[in-house]
Amino acid sequence: MSEHSLQREDFAKLSKEEKVPEVVVRESISAWKDAWFRLRSNKMAMVSLIVLVLIVIMAIIGQWISPHDYSTNDLSATNQKPSSDHWFGTDALGRDMFARTWMGAGISLQVGIYAALVDLFVGVIIGGIMGYYGGKVDEVLNRFCEILYSIPSLLVVILLIVVLEPSMFTIILALSITGWINMAWIVRGQIMQLKNQEYVLAARSLGASPARIMFKHLVPNAIGAIIVTITMTVPSAIFAEAFLSFLGLGVQSPAASLGTLINDALKAMTIYPWRMIFPAVLISLTMLCFNIFGDGLRDALDPKMKK
Amino acid sequence: MVRYVLQKLLFMIISIFVLASATFFLMKAIPGNPFQSEKNVPPAIQERLNEQYGLNDPLGVQYLHYMNNLLHFDLGLSMKQQYTSVVDVIKNGFIYSLQLGIFAIILAIAAGIVLGLIAALNHRKFLDAFTIFLAVLGVSIPNFVVAAGLQYVFGVKLGWLSVAGLNDPTDFILPVVALSFLPAAFIARLTRSSMLEVLTADYIKTARAKGLSGRIILIRHALRNAILPVVTYVGPMTANIITGSVIIEQIFGIGGLGKSFVNSITNRDYTLIMGVTLFYAVILMLARFLTDIAYGLVDPRIKLSRKGG
Repeated sequence: MSEHSLQREDFAKLSKEEKVPEVVVRESISAWKDAWFRLRSNKMAMVSLIVLVLIVIMAIIGQWISPHDYSTNDLSATNQKPSSDHWFGTDALGRDMFARTWMGAGISLQVGIYAALVDLFVGVIIGGIMGYYGGKVDEVLNRFCEILYSIPSLLVVILLIVVLEPSMFTIILALSITGWINMAWIVRGQIMQLKNQEYVLAARSLGASPARIMFKHLVPNAIGAIIVTITMTVPSAIFAEAFLSFLGLGVQSPAASLGTLINDALKAMTIYPWRMIFPAVLISLTMLCFNIFGDGLRDALDPKMKK
Repeated sequence: MVRYVLQKLLFMIISIFVLASATFFLMKAIPGNPFQSEKNVPPAIQERLNEQYGLNDPLGVQYLHYMNNLLHFDLGLSMKQQYTSVVDVIKNGFIYSLQLGIFAIILAIAAGIVLGLIAALNHRKFLDAFTIFLAVLGVSIPNFVVAAGLQYVFGVKLGWLSVAGLNDPTDFILPVVALSFLPAAFIARLTRSSMLEVLTADYIKTARAKGLSGRIILIRHALRNAILPVVTYVGPMTANIITGSVIIEQIFGIGGLGKSFVNSITNRDYTLIMGVTLFYAVILMLARFLTDIAYGLVDPRIKLSRKGG
């Protein structure tokens, strides 16, 4: 410490102006900033994020960049190799693969994202109710979830779409019918842990309503796990949609998802392999980036988990 | 233990009942009837067909009839393949699917554990990073892309293996590899992380202090405990293999159950769709059930009497 020895005047009462209770020396770092710093230092996750952003941008503008429309048939130019005119070649009806690939990416991404959002909405509400109220309510809802979960979800999805006729809306609906359960269980687990914390007791004793406690106190604290679950749901929904395309239950022509494009290309793969390459690489890349980014996000949001 | 098993069994029966009822009513909810799409069918024959398939009965009677038949493992007749029962279609196709599935499971477990082990023993070295990357790739690349890639490289370009069919033992190689790709990656990840955890456990230190050789510690003490989580993956793996087989059989032109299932959907052969769906569901539920019990048996730390898990 300093050489300065204590003097009598050091103990004098401070005047009002001098009285600064606490000085924050450094800018405070919120939990979000902290997570962002950790995420930023994860190179693989950042590269995935950038690639994902690029894919999303291209999925939005890609089909407009191409000189050709995604649905115009050109029977004089079918199954062409990639060229300066058709950048990714053409399909069996002479439709431009560049436009079709990006519009397919757009549809696949939309299916994935909307399915994840529906899961989020339903899962957080049901999971929140289970976790918050506990007891009988939890038991009944949990049993219901267990029964629904024990039925293989893809089979339910297939049955529903056979009945409802395939479209983007029915595919998303069918995927969400069983998809929300996982989210509900994760939220339930988080809320059960959180609801015994002192700040919840404090809020309750101040007379906060259950809804307020749920959405102001509990959900924000569980948001890390929720976000990670969403990031992981998107690639599995994209895969599920592609799987449906193989059964002929995907998005119907002339619209196409990456799954339908790959399925179409497979039929003639031995002769026109290039029709397969672009959609196949794109769907793999998208799922890969979502998985790596999701892993990175989990490490960043939950530092305790880190090995 | 007995209570637990009975409880799980009861659950399974309830689930199958719910699914059977759901499939029945869903199929009935489809507007029109299955024979209307066929053109040039005279009304008299339509009527005869409806009669034969019991489509003129009230819904409740049809439902009871269907459920009663289910109890006798009678899934009815295929609506599009004449004189063929759904049970026969399943029997004929399942032989191939089962073979593919079993080979794929064996390959996935073997490859997964070996890869996971290599990664864990080279923790934070190049081989570890490489295996993790391979595993992420395996989880991310859809199996139809893997299948198409294998088919193109080994079937079309190199011409080593045939592109379709199951006529020769070597014909199994490509579909089995494609089918086991994802589960293998998953098992590698599981084995790696549980191996890393186990290697820091006290009993490993004890074994080392006793002066046991590295290999014995690794296999007897570490690996035996590390592969426990793999047992929990058997249920999800069965699901993966089944959904995978539907795609892989179509790509490689194998006449297994998966292919019949796809055909039944494209032909809107409702009885066949219902039958195969139920069959798949029962297999999956059995796999999950066995997984739950097996896990309790191999890991004495898990108490089966406790609910959940």
